[in-house]
Amino acid sequence: MNTEKNSYTVIFSIVMVMVVGSVLAFLASALRPRIDENERFEKQQNILYAMGINENTPDSGVNFIPTDVVEGEFGKYIKEQYVLVNGEMVADDQAFLVDMKKQLSSLKDGGEARLPIFIGEKEGKKSYILPMHGKGLWDAIWGFMAVDENMVIQGVYFDHKAETAGLGANIKMRFFMDDFQGESLLNGGSYEGVVVSKTNNDPLNQDKEDNAVDAIAGATITGNGVSAMIKETLKVYRPYLDNIRTN
Amino acid sequence: MALLSKKDANLILDPLADNNPITIQVLGICSALAITAELKASIVMSISVIFVMGIGNVVISLLRNVIPSKIRIIVQLIVVATLVIVVDQVLKAYAYDLSKTLSVFVGLIITNCIIMGRFEAFALGNGVWRSFLDGIGNALGYGVILIIVGFFRELLGSGTLFGIPVLGDPIAKTGLYSIGYENNGFMIIPPAALIVVGVIIWVQRSRNRALIEEA
Repeated sequence: MNTEKNSYTVIFSIVMVMVVGSVLAFLASALRPRIDENERFEKQQNILYAMGINENTPDSGVNFIPTDVVEGEFGKYIKEQYVLVNGEMVADDQAFLVDMKKQLSSLKDGGEARLPIFIGEKEGKKSYILPMHGKGLWDAIWGFMAVDENMVIQGVYFDHKAETAGLGANIKMRFFMDDFQGESLLNGGSYEGVVVSKTNNDPLNQDKEDNAVDAIAGATITGNGVSAMIKETLKVYRPYLDNIRTN
Repeated sequence: MALLSKKDANLILDPLADNNPITIQVLGICSALAITAELKASIVMSISVIFVMGIGNVVISLLRNVIPSKIRIIVQLIVVATLVIVVDQVLKAYAYDLSKTLSVFVGLIITNCIIMGRFEAFALGNGVWRSFLDGIGNALGYGVILIIVGFFRELLGSGTLFGIPVLGDPIAKTGLYSIGYENNGFMIIPPAALIVVGVIIWVQRSRNRALIEEA
């Protein structure tokens, strides 16, 4: 067979594209339900993690609620789910599936956005959990932040698409996320947020009123992305936060 | 009777030492710099590359007589990309946690020049079994260097291995830190990988002077 002829090359390409295309299409549609389910469980785990429902022990890494029980636990701890549309609260029990990235970009274009809010309750204490979305060094970063009525952070969860392993990727490690607990988002009444700082001179993070946590060495841009993401979240949720604030 | 003939065994062993893809052929440097800041990532990347390279070499070897030579590079690229997507999708469905760790490396596997290099230089001209061994051998050679670099960068840069502190606590000043030792922050940024790779090349060539190129 002459494999150098143009007609052969064309036929080979067509056959190859068809074979590869159908294999991938078949695979994608066959696995889609399982992948969707995994993603749903992950979101529920992340939301619960932020409000402190997890299986962490003092020295452990990040341990979520196991996937086989997460759906039940989510229903138990998350009492209410809302979306904020033009400052109006609309109850929506699928709010956790809202894609925050789409909502924020629609808001930027002057359009309408559906911003999810989850109200969790643990041992009689309420947390208000806000989803976040922003930019790291290479790609998207996102997470959830649980706050109380005094605008003190109860817990956070960060994740990223492609930050550098060992550097920016460490934003999802406990040593970084734990520092946010107890930090106040307010500074004399205004929403200051919490910045990831290289100069706060507080490596043990004892000062909870300084609106800063210690940065990760070698991950400046990812850290700045986290600071900006928190600021942005406070900005878009401001009308809601003003309502629940008690101080 | 040995499991492999001497010639076949060399396909596995050569890339581990005197024909290493990173230190001798200087291929695959980009991912060696990018992902070796910690040991775990190095190991995960090595396993992924072993898988893609073993199967990819077999597929290319099976197709070697029907691939039109004019578009062979495109065909090779499609084979790698397809394999990587298949791996990624299956992991997402059945091993979601692992897939999250791996996701960063998927793009890096596709662009890994060792893979395309072995397809082009070996699998296109050799039988299936030998291509398979060659793929596994080169991926192992690549993995060994990645793991060595990852080991030193994580140990010296963060004082940990697999995320577990091994030199004491740098903030509470215990272990080695109590006598004034400090983590070297330089080790966790990518240029440090070049230095570690350079040291490996130096050690290797001073042990085997035949590897030194004529000036």
